[in-house]
Amino acid sequence: MTLTHLQRLEAESIHIMREVVAEADKPVMLYSIGKDSAVMLHLAKKAFYPSSPPFPLLHVDTTWKFKDMYELRERSAQDAGMELLVHRNPEAEEIGINPFDHGPLHTDMWKTQGLKQALDKYGFDAAFGGARRDEEKSRAKERIFSFRTASHGWDPKSQRPELWNLYNARKKKGESIRVFPLSNWTELDIWQYIHLENIEIVPLYYSAKRPTFEYEGGLFMADDIERLEKVMGKRPEITERSIRFRTLGCFPLTGAVESEAATLPEIIQEMLLTTTSERQGRVIDKDSGDASMEKKKQEGYF
Amino acid sequence: MSSDTYKTDALIAEDIEAYLDKHQHKTMLRFITCGSVDDGKSTLIGRLLYDSKMIFEDQLAALESDSKRVGTQGQDIDFALLVDGLAAEREQGITIDVAYRFFATESRKFIVADCPGHEQYTRNMVTGASTADLACILIDARKGVLVQTKRHSFLCHQLGIKNLVLAVNKMDLIDYDQEKYDAIIADYEEFAKSIGIESFTAIPISGLAGDNITTRSDKTPWYDGPTLMDHLEAVEVRSDANLDKPFRMPVQWVNRPNLDFRGFSGLISTGSVKPGDQVRSLPSGKTSTVKSVVTMDGELEQGVAGQSVTITLEDEIDCSRGDVLAAADNPPEVADQFESTIVWMDEDPLVVGRAYWMKLGTQMVSVTVAEPKYEINVNTMQHLAAKTLKLNAIGVSEITTDKQIVFEAYSDNRALGGFILIDKITNRTVGAGMLHFSLRRAQNVHWQATDITRDDHAAMKNQRPRVLWFTGLSGSGKSTIANEVEKKLALMNRHTFLLDGDNVRHGLNKDLGFTESDRIENIRRIGEVAKLMTDAGLIVLTAFISPFRADRQLVRDMMGEGEFIEIHVDTPLEVAEARDVKGLYKKAREGKLKNFTGIDSPYEEPEDPEIRVNTVAMSPEEAADYVISKILPLK
Repeated sequence: MTLTHLQRLEAESIHIMREVVAEADKPVMLYSIGKDSAVMLHLAKKAFYPSSPPFPLLHVDTTWKFKDMYELRERSAQDAGMELLVHRNPEAEEIGINPFDHGPLHTDMWKTQGLKQALDKYGFDAAFGGARRDEEKSRAKERIFSFRTASHGWDPKSQRPELWNLYNARKKKGESIRVFPLSNWTELDIWQYIHLENIEIVPLYYSAKRPTFEYEGGLFMADDIERLEKVMGKRPEITERSIRFRTLGCFPLTGAVESEAATLPEIIQEMLLTTTSERQGRVIDKDSGDASMEKKKQEGYF
Repeated sequence: MSSDTYKTDALIAEDIEAYLDKHQHKTMLRFITCGSVDDGKSTLIGRLLYDSKMIFEDQLAALESDSKRVGTQGQDIDFALLVDGLAAEREQGITIDVAYRFFATESRKFIVADCPGHEQYTRNMVTGASTADLACILIDARKGVLVQTKRHSFLCHQLGIKNLVLAVNKMDLIDYDQEKYDAIIADYEEFAKSIGIESFTAIPISGLAGDNITTRSDKTPWYDGPTLMDHLEAVEVRSDANLDKPFRMPVQWVNRPNLDFRGFSGLISTGSVKPGDQVRSLPSGKTSTVKSVVTMDGELEQGVAGQSVTITLEDEIDCSRGDVLAAADNPPEVADQFESTIVWMDEDPLVVGRAYWMKLGTQMVSVTVAEPKYEINVNTMQHLAAKTLKLNAIGVSEITTDKQIVFEAYSDNRALGGFILIDKITNRTVGAGMLHFSLRRAQNVHWQATDITRDDHAAMKNQRPRVLWFTGLSGSGKSTIANEVEKKLALMNRHTFLLDGDNVRHGLNKDLGFTESDRIENIRRIGEVAKLMTDAGLIVLTAFISPFRADRQLVRDMMGEGEFIEIHVDTPLEVAEARDVKGLYKKAREGKLKNFTGIDSPYEEPEDPEIRVNTVAMSPEEAADYVISKILPLK
């Protein structure tokens, strides 16, 4: 009996999660409500079945997620029998940081700083993240167990060698590790697995008629028109289009694509025939030139 | 097989369900590419990604503009830019870490570990090779078999990679000359045999021009073997080979949701297991019968190598993380002393005799490494005499664990034969190794159980045994204070023994000098003696400089919880040197005494000692009272 590549990936991810639970003092799973998070959560349920995953879910919220995402967040945590922690950076909340007025600061304050605050607040020493090595060039070199200093910094030059499936989770007080159980999955693997395992994902991944507007050359969805009007200073011109999302972040930062793909096979079909890569719809990789993601990670971004 | 293998668009467009069904049944092959910067390694990987349509249009656009800006191929696409990820590397134009890349064909998904070729990156190559089923070793056809070719082949062979591909690259630059190609192969074959490589597959290619990568080249009509891609798709993956071996599963975690369920979770490393099978838990040796193989998708009729499962047993046997479940009639060995090959991966060299953490499977134990039998020159394969192993060095050493571990030879089972070494202070992964065989000593010496226990000994003496470990610079006042403390304890009718540094060196440790490894051995022996004395119920006082944190930690680890009391006799160097009771500082300053702590050898202060004594503010008697006040009650 030869295992398929998905069976091997699944077994590897489960092995990684169990290692963390066995060796870390206080693990947490970062849950962004996207498709990768959905797969990661599904694998966690498998890893510890019949027990519930022995750690909470943490959502670092920006208040700018799509409504559909907030809805699925609550339900998924409940179904898995896991505690859901939500953290919003109080400073960003007070200033009213938003993607229109504050550009890159939006990501920095809500996500990078927010994540650090949350990890410090609860004292988590290991955090699962759904990043994959095929997403972005600097991710390709990151370890599965990625060590962070007490100030959450990442030093790509002094990463611990990772041999066989032996992970070194030892650390001093205050230091932490980020763990990426989906490191070796590709976008296609994720979709295929969602299809095969019947995993529920946010409906926004499926195409439907939705209110859209154009902004700086990109196509966006008007998820909350009143709020958009407030921060943009004017009501954007709304057009109904058949759109879907290939990746989900904050609604004004995530570009939509025009599409008719309304089922999983159609999504996969579209993905395979399409010629632009997944992160292109996200502004985050490009805002400070070539080495953008690597820089963000050194500063503590996931 | 032809190029239309990779043009799957038609199927995707026409019948996505059929495509998905096909994709779902793909197998997975992990391989490593080795070669130096100039061998065209990154170009080859870029080409594989490109030819299997793993490059999207926006990436391609970025690649085209990058190629013109910083590329090395003029106006042509520089595939290497796709692969070199980190900013520092892009600037230097070399790959300095292991990068993982993914692509898929009709029948397989591939994970490529792209590893740097320079000698100073041996550790990265070993890392990449540790998970690989196959190694693709690149040779520049113009240069033939070089020192680095030998190094890469040797390391891959050491890491147990059975499938070796010799990709003779840049054939376009030697006009696809068969004679030159044959000469290179003959040359390599001779070398391969000399280091025990039984077989390899040679393929003439051009990464830049695409010859024999995914399509057969018409420029090499004399070559009738497979293309590189054909070979990658056909080769047997390791997990299949593991299936025929006896069942082993290192236990990662005990799954206990309620009183009615107790399962052992782990990844099956070799063999298979089904309900009704007799299994043995090691190292305890207890046996039971498999009740079920549990997964969230239902109970399995059979669990196989490579699967993560949870096993329940018919009997309540003692089994926890670190134990190994194995076929009852064919279990792995248990031992505590081994011969191993070690690759050193840290800037700080191996310290012989120092205790490191060793992680093997799910077992984490304390281990010491003996002086290497030899180091291997990775370029010439010569055996060299060595006192230690430095960064990127590879050598053979005996290692001793502090308790029995379950293991198999690395060549039989990577999961129970491969290990990493972790520094106990910095927590860095400092080395990796492969166990070859156990040294028989352990199996012939058994622990003799005695009827009068250590608790009995302690109760008779009306005290709690402890080790009061005085550490500090020479002349700090350790012996004086320890002596005072012992006198006071004697007045309190306590049973004590004072182990003094100089005295021990007259007898037990007279064969030891003052080099780093001798000092470590000195402390280890004292620790063992102190441990025996606590077993006898004594309060042991020791007065040794014991300058290294790791060594004090080693002794701490030997003792029971709370029995090791570290006392830092904290005297500044100037004060100790001014006292210079034995005239040693003067000698050391004059260069007549080598390796003197505080002068030309470091003293690592305790970070968090149980007791700290300030000898500038306190007299020896006051210091002794202070120590006693801190260790009360004595019972």
